[in-house]
Amino acid sequence: MAMDAATIERLIKESLPDAQVSIEDLRGDGDHYAAQIVSGAFRGKTRVQQHQLVYQALRGRMGNELHALALQTSAPKE
Amino acid sequence: MEATLQDRIRQQIGEAPVVLFMKGTPVFPQCGFSAAVVQILSHLGVKFKGIDVLADPSVRQGIKEFSNWPTIPQLYVNGEFIGGCDIVREMFETGELQQVLEEKGVPIRA
Repeated sequence: MAMDAATIERLIKESLPDAQVSIEDLRGDGDHYAAQIVSGAFRGKTRVQQHQLVYQALRGRMGNELHALALQTSAPKE
Repeated sequence: MEATLQDRIRQQIGEAPVVLFMKGTPVFPQCGFSAAVVQILSHLGVKFKGIDVLADPSVRQGIKEFSNWPTIPQLYVNGEFIGGCDIVREMFETGELQQVLEEKGVPIRA
């Protein structure tokens, strides 16, 4: 099972409209990605909470269709 | 989630100061992400208890619901969920992981 990067980006932006998302397909197999996400919604949240927001945006796909998505999240610099 | 499963997971989290829910065992990790966290903990000389979720499908699903976190590995220190592979790696690189462990009274190798 695999997911394309555009779908991942679309789902994230649906939940976090201000997000700047950059996604890299690590192995070119549509199953191992790394994403860097910057969003104001992350401000004041712990890393665990930030990643939970992203997982919520992916609506249950993480750990199922999507095997590996390495996340790096941060809030925009003031 | 059934109350008995939730109790069992709570009990497992409390079995040691540092508990890692992982695929495989600390000696034979069955997944690269679990292996990466084992490597970091070993590098820091942290004593931890590994719980192999592959040995118990109910725990494999239950721990994800318990922490609202969809992936394995999951690291717990003194009962608190610290993060998965990406977070542990990032915290290790910035030195935060070492700081959290020390604050929580877990001895690490200097």
